[in-house]
Amino acid sequence: MSDVAEKVKKIVIEHLGVEADKVTETASFIDDLGADSLDTVELVMAFEEEFGCEIPDEIAEKILTVKDAIDYIEAHQS
Amino acid sequence: MFDLTGRTALVTGASGGIGGAIARALHAQGARVALTGTRQDALDALAGELGEGAVALACDLSDRAAAEALPGRAEEALGGLDILVNNAGLTRDGLAMRMKEDDWQTVLEVNLSAGFRLARASLRGMMKRRHGRIIGITSIVGVTGNAGQANYAASKAGMIGMSKSLAQEVASRGITVNCVAPGFIETAMTDALPEAQREKLLQQIPAGRLGAGGDIAAAVVYLSSAEAAYVTGQTLHVNGGMAMI
Repeated sequence: MSDVAEKVKKIVIEHLGVEADKVTETASFIDDLGADSLDTVELVMAFEEEFGCEIPDEIAEKILTVKDAIDYIEAHQS
Repeated sequence: MFDLTGRTALVTGASGGIGGAIARALHAQGARVALTGTRQDALDALAGELGEGAVALACDLSDRAAAEALPGRAEEALGGLDILVNNAGLTRDGLAMRMKEDDWQTVLEVNLSAGFRLARASLRGMMKRRHGRIIGITSIVGVTGNAGQANYAASKAGMIGMSKSLAQEVASRGITVNCVAPGFIETAMTDALPEAQREKLLQQIPAGRLGAGGDIAAAVVYLSSAEAAYVTGQTLHVNGGMAMI
């Protein structure tokens, strides 16, 4: 697992308080991990902070799964 | 009770009578305060009077970008932002049939939209810290209406609806959003009223006196406090019984 993937999963586990084995790459924050819409806003804020990047609102809306987050961050990491 | 030691607050419209009273009261409870307002000399005087733990920040709230940047500046100056008091407001009174488009827009922009922008920009830090207080100073006329104040009453009613919505969005993160609705408060404006009109006004107020800035400030202190953690989406009417809603 890449460094980014590792960190993203750690943030998701900590923030949503879910079991590590549930945080698979295809897991949807809302459908599989029990996040509400405010949680997804907070997750994006946490990603921005951890990786020092800015995630625009129109992109943030499309980050629905763990993999979406990893892919975007790996492509845009500063 | 109502100890605000270690808390940080941004008060808009702090160069006015009510805003100044709010800033003094929050500071007296131990909070560090950032003050903005249109009258720079009054603002500087207040910051000077409060001394340590008070800072004046110049900001034109009708400037969209400036309003959005203000909470960040306050966080930087104070090392955080726990309490936002949206107090800044203005009036452009006139009967609706004669009301200029510009008078409508200006009042909505400063009284309502600027308050929304400040709240939005403040929420990020509050969410992270899992604590926050957003308090809007609305008005009795936002609930009762008032001839000649369609714009002002709309902006104040809007603030109540906005606060209830924000309150629902962020309640789970330890952030409360409430309003305080003053009735008639002793200010430079009410001081200028002719005696006869003043008498008439007083007859409508069961408490038999106009409110003081401190009456409003006390309500703000309460809503800012840890003790009010379970109060959100509410409007606290402070009007001497003038309207019981």
